[in-house]
Amino acid sequence: MSNDAPQKNATWNDACLAAAIVAIAPHAIGGIVVRARSGPVRDVWLAHLKSLLSEAMPLRRVPLNAGDDRLLGGLDLSATLAQGRPVAERGLLAEADGGLLVIPSAERLDGGRTARIVRTLDYGRVEMERDGLSAKLPARFGIIALDEGVEPDETVATALRDRLAIWLSLDGLSLRDTGISTDWPHRIAAARRLLPETTADANLATLFCEAGCALGIHSIRAPILAIAIARINAALDGRTQATTADAEVAARLVLGPRATRLPTEAPPENPDGPEDEPQQAQAPETTDPGGEDTQPEQAITPEDMELVLAAAQAAIPNAVLATLAEQKVTGRAPPSSGKVGASQASKLRGRPAGVRRGEPRNGNVLSLIETLRAAAPMQVIRKRLRGGPQLLEDGRERIEVRADDFRIARFKQKTTSTTIFVVDASGSSALHRLAEAKGAVEIILSECYVRRDSVALIAFRGTTADTLLPPTRSLTRAQRSLAGLPGGGGTPLATAIDTAVQLAATQKQKGISPTVVMLTDGKANIDRAGKPGRKTAMADALTVAENMRALGINALLIDTSPRRNAEAEQLAAGMGARYLPLPHADSTRLSQAVFASRRDQDGTGPRN
Amino acid sequence: MPAIFPFSAIVGQDEMKLALLIAAIDQSVGGVLVFGDRGTGKSTTVRALAALLPPMPVVAGCRFNCAPGTGCTHTHEAETAASAPVPVVDLPLGATEDRVVGALDLERALVHGQKAFEPGLLARAHRGFLYIDEVNLLEDHLVDLLLDVAASGENVVEREGLSIRHPARFVLVGTGNPEEGELRPQLLDRFGMSVEVRTPEDLKTRIEVVRRRDDFERNSDAFIARFAEDEDRLRSHIVAARERVPGIPTSDHALERAAQLCADVGTDGLRGELTLVRAARALAALEGASAIDDVHLRRVAPMALRHRLRRTPLSSPDSGARVERAVADLFGGSGERLVI
Repeated sequence: MSNDAPQKNATWNDACLAAAIVAIAPHAIGGIVVRARSGPVRDVWLAHLKSLLSEAMPLRRVPLNAGDDRLLGGLDLSATLAQGRPVAERGLLAEADGGLLVIPSAERLDGGRTARIVRTLDYGRVEMERDGLSAKLPARFGIIALDEGVEPDETVATALRDRLAIWLSLDGLSLRDTGISTDWPHRIAAARRLLPETTADANLATLFCEAGCALGIHSIRAPILAIAIARINAALDGRTQATTADAEVAARLVLGPRATRLPTEAPPENPDGPEDEPQQAQAPETTDPGGEDTQPEQAITPEDMELVLAAAQAAIPNAVLATLAEQKVTGRAPPSSGKVGASQASKLRGRPAGVRRGEPRNGNVLSLIETLRAAAPMQVIRKRLRGGPQLLEDGRERIEVRADDFRIARFKQKTTSTTIFVVDASGSSALHRLAEAKGAVEIILSECYVRRDSVALIAFRGTTADTLLPPTRSLTRAQRSLAGLPGGGGTPLATAIDTAVQLAATQKQKGISPTVVMLTDGKANIDRAGKPGRKTAMADALTVAENMRALGINALLIDTSPRRNAEAEQLAAGMGARYLPLPHADSTRLSQAVFASRRDQDGTGPRN
Repeated sequence: MPAIFPFSAIVGQDEMKLALLIAAIDQSVGGVLVFGDRGTGKSTTVRALAALLPPMPVVAGCRFNCAPGTGCTHTHEAETAASAPVPVVDLPLGATEDRVVGALDLERALVHGQKAFEPGLLARAHRGFLYIDEVNLLEDHLVDLLLDVAASGENVVEREGLSIRHPARFVLVGTGNPEEGELRPQLLDRFGMSVEVRTPEDLKTRIEVVRRRDDFERNSDAFIARFAEDEDRLRSHIVAARERVPGIPTSDHALERAAQLCADVGTDGLRGELTLVRAARALAALEGASAIDDVHLRRVAPMALRHRLRRTPLSSPDSGARVERAVADLFGGSGERLVI
């Protein structure tokens, strides 16, 4: 392990460089995703970053549960009541103007909060339309998203991540690796002065776009952010012109971590993977006069390109490299939406609940603060109408609250259940089975839209089981992932059950009740280790089936073989699953079976 | 006020731009829904539209954007005409209901004890555009409220002795990413047109996007000046098209074609046909034509219809492709390329 010392050194140096860059111009680069467990290394880095901020640069932390009033601002209730005039309270986003917004456990930030933060980042200001107040407050900040995810899929929502220039990983570093040079502050101060007049070579745009393509980076924000990083790096070096040398740094910090492909491979014709159908016919240009003034192509030399690619490649995270290598072996592209798991996960916690007008009846809960907030502006008027204040026994003035002021708390709409389809894609009947399973998934999804339930899909064939569709409610995403699902090969039942159990267990942890629906003929022939052999394969399958039963996961096994099949039945018993032979299951009958099985679980009693 | 990226400087994304221009030419076509990849300049384009639109005549001093000669009762003085920019009003996530519909003027209520109405976002958006970014994340009670107002064209506020009723007709523009969740069918229905945007794949286009963005960020004034002439030209196109719209007849032929197309792709209700014809007319007007032609119908069919198809299990998620197949079938052969 001694030879990864230089690598660790380089990682830490880049982390320090990233801190310097964000401290110079936080808003210009969007910010940094810091992937690391909470721990001393991250603390050292954060403390270092804090020490680089000038006095005028605030640093605000966003609690995960921050409501809109805290995030965006609103009416300051106590000050308003005390002063007898509307007093606005600034939210965290406006307070962070000119500095940094730190989001701890950013991988758990939900969709609603993410959208609010991202919008503010894009606009550089908060548009507050709340509590009778309307204000546009400057909010140009950079974001430090602390990503404490453990699983590869568990990461900051794409909407946010995409806008943050630098993706940093501190994993694997220990305190020994964290020396900090002392000359950063004055270099940063100098760079801040220099940056406004710093420009980038015209060929950098071409360089970053081409490198982006070679690395399979789809987002067009990446090259834009790379240019910003190159400029800041030049300023940090005391220059006013960003050149190829700066491009290398930008490639390392921006492009490398975003790579989905190794640059040595020839870029495929369709760089966006399998999902793309031929593009919809673009409306021909009638209104876009922009095409006329295209500047002459800036020449970039192969050497420049090589330097940039080499720098980017060195920064491709190990985990990504591993996946890339695997793809090379199996020749399979990753599922197109494989990385959206986190945004999905966070969405399960519901939209920000908020309040609305209404009576605290029918199980609605009164939101006291919001009710007072609504009553506050009316106090003067009500007092006047009454001809004077109403006094309480102890002589204090009474706050007049009327039914019109009542605000009720709105509860999050939680996903209550996830149906996990585990589909046998092996052998000859695979295509038919898959098509029906796909149909069933879609039927269930469209029903679920009302109930806000979600579905997931695992397919197994050959030697592996893949989560083709992480739990989702999005019909669009489901349809995308389901399109072009391959079939054929061996039957790795044990691995499939394993994968299903893992997914079901994570769902349970989130307070969601999973239902596993397995479609198979139960004829395992690939064991847990991926080796062929009927006997061991079946034994393994039964062993892992026990896990499912031990965890008490609600399951349904649909036997798709032409006749009732003892192996499948045995497996169902092992899993603690209901056994349902449906030799010619079509999507409608499948979905009915699933709904029936859910009703059982809900305790509303079985139907025959 | 941050500088606004010029509409004519936006590279590609022609369908989105066309849909917005159509809505700007004829508001009755209905709103525009833009769904698609991140970082494709959805919000940039909508905000650019605000800067592009020619100003509109209003009653001076009216807080509800009333047009002169429509019996405005919101000012105390005699009606005089003025000119104001067409509002493109943002409805930010996290907005509270009182700010959307309007409520008591806080300052006057608290300090002077007066009941006065402070118009909300709906009033501000009257005769213009109401823009909702991440529309699929909008809270349900606000969606209900919007549906109400969109249906009646009027905003009614009854609260604590305040009783206000004012016109609120606006073009709804929503953007979002389908992966964040589906849109409620009732809301989907309110959008006249729906476009899908993708990140450009072509290297040259990408480089141009990046370069313009960089130029803009470095010196926005110079950049805006560079495109000022293009903006003016486009603006005068819009003005001319608006004048031309009423003179373009709805031919039986166009109606038949639209009806046939809607039947072929299987849309629900009549709204599809109506939108299709109106959008085609606006396009014809934009191109200086004097009649609605098959070519116009073809161009607008995907954006007018793709969100109106009945969703069936196993149907392709790309409903735009389905519309296009139907268009090709109806208008004769897929071999015929659109050349304009």
